[in-house]
Amino acid sequence: MYLQDLIFRLQSFWAEHGCVVEQPVDVEVGAGTFHPATFLRVLGPEPWNAAFAQFCRRPKDGRYGDNPNRLGAYYQFQVGLKPAPVNVQELYLASLRTIGLDPGAHDIRFVEDDWESPTLGAWGLGWEVWADGMEVTQFTYFQQAGGIDLMPVTAELTYGVERIAMYLQDVDSIFDIRWDKHTTYRQLRHPWEVEYSRYHFEELHAPFYFQLFDTYEAECKRLLGVGLTLPAYEMCMKSSHAFNSLDARGAISVTERQRYIGRVRGLARACAEAYVRSRAALGFPLLAADDGAAAKAAFDGALEAGVNAAALAAARAVAPAAGEAGEVSRAG
Amino acid sequence: MPADLLLELGCEEIPAKMLSRALAELPAMITARLAEARLPHGEIVALGTPRRLALVVRGLADRQPDLRERVVGPPVSAGFAPDGTPTKAAIGFAQKNGVDPASLERAPVEGKKGEYVVATRHVAGQDAAAVLVPLIEGLIPALPWPKSMRWAFGEATFVRPMHWIVCLLGGEVLPVRFAGLRAGRATRGHRFLAPDAIDLAGADAYAPALQRAFVIADPAARRDLVIAELRRVEAESGLRVRMDEGLLAEVTNLVEYPVAVMGTFDPAYLEVPEEVIVTAIRNHQRYFAMEERDGDHRGALAPRFVTIAGTIVRQPAVVAAGNERAVRPRLADAQFFFREDRKKALAEHGRALDDVVFLAKLGTVGAKVARVARLAEGVGAAVGLDRTLVRRAAELAKADLSTGVVGEFPELQGIMGGHYARLAGEPEAVWRAIPDHYRPRGASDAPPESDVGAALAIADRLDTIVGCFAIDQEPTGSADPLGLRRAAIGVLSILLERGPGGARFDDGGPWRHLRVDRLIDDARDVLEASGVAVKPEDVGEVREFFRGRLRGLLLDEGLQPQDVDAALGAGWSDVCDARIRARDLAVVPAEARAVFKRISNILDDAAMKGIAAAGGVRPELFAAPDNVEHRLLRAFHGIEQVLDAAVAAHDYRRVFGLLVELQPAVAAFFDKGGVMVMDPDPALRDNRLALLGKVIAPFAKVADFRALAAAGGAS
Repeated sequence: MYLQDLIFRLQSFWAEHGCVVEQPVDVEVGAGTFHPATFLRVLGPEPWNAAFAQFCRRPKDGRYGDNPNRLGAYYQFQVGLKPAPVNVQELYLASLRTIGLDPGAHDIRFVEDDWESPTLGAWGLGWEVWADGMEVTQFTYFQQAGGIDLMPVTAELTYGVERIAMYLQDVDSIFDIRWDKHTTYRQLRHPWEVEYSRYHFEELHAPFYFQLFDTYEAECKRLLGVGLTLPAYEMCMKSSHAFNSLDARGAISVTERQRYIGRVRGLARACAEAYVRSRAALGFPLLAADDGAAAKAAFDGALEAGVNAAALAAARAVAPAAGEAGEVSRAG
Repeated sequence: MPADLLLELGCEEIPAKMLSRALAELPAMITARLAEARLPHGEIVALGTPRRLALVVRGLADRQPDLRERVVGPPVSAGFAPDGTPTKAAIGFAQKNGVDPASLERAPVEGKKGEYVVATRHVAGQDAAAVLVPLIEGLIPALPWPKSMRWAFGEATFVRPMHWIVCLLGGEVLPVRFAGLRAGRATRGHRFLAPDAIDLAGADAYAPALQRAFVIADPAARRDLVIAELRRVEAESGLRVRMDEGLLAEVTNLVEYPVAVMGTFDPAYLEVPEEVIVTAIRNHQRYFAMEERDGDHRGALAPRFVTIAGTIVRQPAVVAAGNERAVRPRLADAQFFFREDRKKALAEHGRALDDVVFLAKLGTVGAKVARVARLAEGVGAAVGLDRTLVRRAAELAKADLSTGVVGEFPELQGIMGGHYARLAGEPEAVWRAIPDHYRPRGASDAPPESDVGAALAIADRLDTIVGCFAIDQEPTGSADPLGLRRAAIGVLSILLERGPGGARFDDGGPWRHLRVDRLIDDARDVLEASGVAVKPEDVGEVREFFRGRLRGLLLDEGLQPQDVDAALGAGWSDVCDARIRARDLAVVPAEARAVFKRISNILDDAAMKGIAAAGGVRPELFAAPDNVEHRLLRAFHGIEQVLDAAVAAHDYRRVFGLLVELQPAVAAFFDKGGVMVMDPDPALRDNRLALLGKVIAPFAKVADFRALAAAGGAS
């Protein structure tokens, strides 16, 4: 199976299961979780089901294209399901079958791996999913993002598409993956790896990036002040990438590192709070109209205790009655 | 009729370590709750797999026994009128407890004066089913998960989302509710091999029904099956599995149905030291390593591994090939780091430590290495080691911390340094000392084998301990983030092992000269020379810290607390000597302990009152010729020379033997026919104090008798 077919199949599968197939965010990110379709949509009471492939930059992991398993940038296929369906594990396993990883032929296991993003103020519990000893997916139940407790809980599935393709195509190097019938991963991606490794490790001008970081940070704060949440969050993503680039360049000492992470986290928290407020102001439009109004009323009523408490109150106002979940699980 | 209880909580995959802990704690939790609920029961068994946590309680009573309870009311004076009729207060008390006022009695109450009105209340026992439902609903959220989560819109938290609950008492469903679920009788089999619901008749059906559905619910049985699977692979391959208890426990709780699959890796990777390969495949992949069983290379690592799969697959070869592919990048990484590391000399790697902070106020790791080298030279000199070797080993001991392999596998610190030093042709004493100096790595690990390693181990730990106390990073309560207690125990176990009475004494003669207080002082001097201020009270605290750890170690040896305290009270810095004194004290019987403790107490009291027994003993002041005073002094003179010699020779068995010999004379001194020490006449009193002081002085060098129990109690 070609790499692009793998992505096509995952897209079709999740589209059939009610996901919006989004496109990658056009800003540098280190993981699909940064995509507004994940980081922002997991907040608040509104439902959201989305799938997309995301180009992810990890400057520090660059190896000049010499290492068959490590890249400075790669693709994640990410699925966000909110609220996480009761049968999300079964759905996920069905998605594996569509790409040729049948549990009757392979040893599929869910092995503990808790996820945490210090820059996003986010964490969740879940597993890395193993197929014959190889990690093919990160499966996480988000518990908190931007410091806000999440209700309903989102299930985030992150497929490592290169790993899966290497396995299915029986190749030992990422660069030997066939993208389609005519094109290899090497042809598409190798020059980038070579040049960006040199750039991040040798040529990146640190003072310029320090200045970028400060500018993005200031701009993020300014935009939040004028009520532009989405552009503000874009600045947060950009500051995070500036930090990752400086980190790869070795320009940030161990003690400074924690401070920079804290600064990005501060922006992420502020954006998260602003986002929930902005959705409340719109009456949580992805909920049915009645529910949106009820959630908004509950949010406004609890806002005195903070955005976190208000977001929980909004979710509780539209939560299915106790016992319903049990009915669903028996049916499932 | 008693019945069996079955509870099963079906969930998404529970992390292996958390499952082990829950299985271990569950029986005690349910036992305590059943006791509180007054429900007698038989055996309790906890069962579980990654997808379920279960509990079976055998022979649970079908109802609580009725309860007769005495309830205390008002005092009789307020409860009964003078004519004996109950007052309003007593009637109210009776009504509150549901008893007839005529049945009220009068009775004394322990700890109170006078009599009180007492009612005897009958509480009818409830049906077990009625009691169990709330009990179990309270138990489920109380399970001890280190991290819990919410799911969907739920408020309930659990280790992972829960999908079903089975709760049966006998054959009946108990309607337990949790997280929007309601208990039934349907469990599920293996996720892939038998996913359908299975109705259970009762607790007895549980394990067999699941076994038919490819789930081994009993962790012990599953562990046995993992072992059997490993044995099968051994038989098929002619190789031997490197057994690893921690890994075995983990993989047992990673699967519901274990199936071993063997894979191969490229023998070229065997150029990398075995520890690296074993760690890489264990930590990242949870594989067992394999070794040659026969032939010239018996025991050598084989290019094979075993993974414990969680399901039966159509073609095991596919699973093997997949795992082989998964492990390749791990081994390639390990080989890459190993080769890269070897491009630089170990000492050169060590230079990078000048930029790594050890602890903010204690400088870099490089600075620590320099201090440890100085300190280790001192220790080495005291025990007669070659100074150049000690210095070289100290310089290289931490160098591997900046190597690639240790960066990837921190648990290989020391081990890699040893390999790199050996491969670079360093002397054996040096390369052996590098991994050795981290030992003992834990309570179950042995102290260093090599002399240079032992000297380094002592110096390294003393620097850390004294340094941390100096910068106020000493352990508090249960918090010991820097592992200082373990470090102190490490130093003491090295000294105890190498000194007299220790397992390694024969080849460690000179180690007996090391004293903890001097080692602490030396560490302080080196720290101060490097610019770290160590206050005198810090040194005092470190001494007490070591003394506390030593006491713990000796108690762990099975010595009696009072023997240990008495021995340490007379000096502990020479730890082996203190241990021998504590051991030998055991021969002293209770009577002898009692009389010598009495001497100590009398002398202490006198000292507190400011009475000092000055001067020597004057026999002319004894109360009568040939009385108990004369006899005691004579008895003492009779043994004095032998005693002094025995003390000087550290022959404590002999010392305590002489103490026992002296005991009758001391006892007679204190007996009814004896004398009163605190005589009104100061001259007589002081003379008797002087006599007692003289008698106890040689013994006080070896034991502090005040620490001995008053009633004796030697064992």
